[in-house]
Amino acid sequence: MARMTMIQALRSAMDVMLERDPDVVVFGQDVGYFGGVFRCTEGLQAKYGSSRVFDAPISEGGIVGSAIGMAAYGLRPVVEVQFADYFYPASDQIVSEAARLRYRSAGDFTAPLTIRMPCGGGIYGGQTHSQSPEALFTHVCGLRTVMPCNPYDAKGLLIASIENDDPVIFLEPKRLYNGPFDGHHDRPVVPWSQHPLGEVPEGHYTVPLDTAAVIRPGADITVLTYGTMVFVAEAAASEAGVDAEVIDLRSLWPLDLAAIVASVKKTGRCIIVHEATRTSGFGAELAALVQEHCFYHLEAPIERVTGWDTPYPHALEWAYFPGPGRVAAALRRAMEA
Amino acid sequence: MSPTPLQLHVPEPTGRPGHATDFSYLHLSPAGAVRRPELDASPASTADLAFTLVRVLDDDGQAVGPWAPPSDLPLLQRGLRAMMRTRAFDAKMLIAQRQKKISFYMQCLGEEAVAAAHALAIEPGDMCFPTYRQQGLLLARDDIPMAELMCQLMSNARDPMRGRQLPVMYSYKRAGFFSISGNLATQFIQAVGWGMASAIRGDTRIASAWIGDGATAESDFHTALTFAHVYRAPVILNVVNNQWAISTFQAIAGGEATTFAARGVGSGIASLRVDGNDFLAVLSASRWAAQRARGNLGPTLIEWLTYRVGAHSTSDDPSRYRPADDAQRFPLGDPIERLKRHLVVQGAWSDEQHGQLQAELDAEVVAALKEAERHGGTLIDGHVPPLESMFEDVYKDMPAHLQEQLRQARQET
Repeated sequence: MARMTMIQALRSAMDVMLERDPDVVVFGQDVGYFGGVFRCTEGLQAKYGSSRVFDAPISEGGIVGSAIGMAAYGLRPVVEVQFADYFYPASDQIVSEAARLRYRSAGDFTAPLTIRMPCGGGIYGGQTHSQSPEALFTHVCGLRTVMPCNPYDAKGLLIASIENDDPVIFLEPKRLYNGPFDGHHDRPVVPWSQHPLGEVPEGHYTVPLDTAAVIRPGADITVLTYGTMVFVAEAAASEAGVDAEVIDLRSLWPLDLAAIVASVKKTGRCIIVHEATRTSGFGAELAALVQEHCFYHLEAPIERVTGWDTPYPHALEWAYFPGPGRVAAALRRAMEA
Repeated sequence: MSPTPLQLHVPEPTGRPGHATDFSYLHLSPAGAVRRPELDASPASTADLAFTLVRVLDDDGQAVGPWAPPSDLPLLQRGLRAMMRTRAFDAKMLIAQRQKKISFYMQCLGEEAVAAAHALAIEPGDMCFPTYRQQGLLLARDDIPMAELMCQLMSNARDPMRGRQLPVMYSYKRAGFFSISGNLATQFIQAVGWGMASAIRGDTRIASAWIGDGATAESDFHTALTFAHVYRAPVILNVVNNQWAISTFQAIAGGEATTFAARGVGSGIASLRVDGNDFLAVLSASRWAAQRARGNLGPTLIEWLTYRVGAHSTSDDPSRYRPADDAQRFPLGDPIERLKRHLVVQGAWSDEQHGQLQAELDAEVVAALKEAERHGGTLIDGHVPPLESMFEDVYKDMPAHLQEQLRQARQET
């Protein structure tokens, strides 16, 4: 075991897979010699050579499109889109091509590729470096969408994604790269070295792609969340003095419905917390699933705590961010209902 | 002086229904007139070849000039058969569509040489990323049963695509034929990626990308050129310029006063503009590009100049937007007639042989259609794939939510 940041854990996952499988290649903007703008691929080109870890032109459509061709050949490409905010030029390749190649060819060709994208805000990135577009992917049949919130899961989920035969959208909440952020932006950063989930095995292991994790067990209310909001929800529960069960979904789609249903049936209450904008966000799907499967167990309306339906602002970042105060207020409302 | 008002230029073809096309816009070169550079020619040095036209067959059916391939009459007879087989197949499938046995069809009438000659120039294991008008790549082969293609067209119980794709959107990995998308241009950059993968693995196989003149306006085309150039990908970049994208003349895609081949030179890619109705020129240029790719000399872009003689698809009526006699007046003629004439001049073919082969191919197509209908049924008689096939292959293994939806569909359908 070693202490790792999320960046080191992601790098370790790619290192392990480049070592184990000659079909794994890693490329994207700035990922080669420089090692990525967030340093996730640092040292990998020097170790594995420039035909397996290399820089790509500034063309997300080209990066994903060429990766689909490589995957159809038989490789397992791991590509980086520098910010999730930049995936839009690759939409056609992701939605119409990668996601449907197996289906349309009846399995004659497949696209086992992993698309890594740093997502989310809290870093003063403004409206082009802060978005959380997960719902745009969960809506697409044929894709798997994954979002880890800690170094242990980041490495285990990334290895599982690379080994998976379906195309995987791998979203990395960049505010969590260096520590478990609880939403109190005015307090000093807590590093991963002080958190148990910063303990990461150095070798190969996987975290399954369709299981949720209970981050904080509780009896009175279920909090469904993922990514940047997991530790915010955990802090809010403590601060509100509510015995909340915080569930980190980890894999957004396909998702662990059984874990959600079991928890809500136990607690009878549910709130949903995500950083992305609210309307048609992934929380809407979660709320629909909870009422379909747990309607007669619910004792309060399901509430969503999310980013506002505005672009992610620069100056007013913390007014946009659904911080622990807003989550705690929702918890109290749900408990009093 | 008052300023001149600005004017928007919207390109127009010279011909429209009621007045004939002036084909001088094609800027043809005489057969044999264009030079053949060394295989390792620098991309920039091919600039002149992007504006001239590589041609081998002259009006008398003789193979002339530096691009004339070494004489191989049995191969040319195979090529003639492949083109005629493709045309016979297309003709029968158009009728089947009118009989409502299939919902939709796209023929490649007049463009047969491009796919047929290319198929004979590449090697087993190479991968083509075709558009919907390269059925000739499959029909040039003897290892793809014609009846199976027809089962795909009819989306019947024996359709290898399990009824998921529009007719003609074949996929044949074993024949080096990538799954056709239906979204345009996406396959062009994927082909470059496939070629890059082959180079990453130290393989010897190459990729061949296909696109039409209209779809070169998509960003995926330009991205593919950049990636192919940057990584010196072992890929042939084929642009089939058949003059028309549905009703859109090639000038609207950016072909006016320039060529599509010129796009390649500007991207640092060796480029050729070739008579796509000249079987020998297609064979020779394809071989040149394949040898460059296989020799680590990089990609080649080839613009194949041809003409879409038929409608875009069975849903299209070209008499609404172009002159009725356009195909007859197109100056590069018919690819089958031109190769036939060459073989006759060489003493390697006759009208009698031609008639016999035509009858044989027509019979093959009829027999294949009967077989396809007998075993798989047609769209009219409801022989569609089973309900579960709708839910399979979305993921490698069917996730719980799709199992539940399949259960519901079975119960409620």
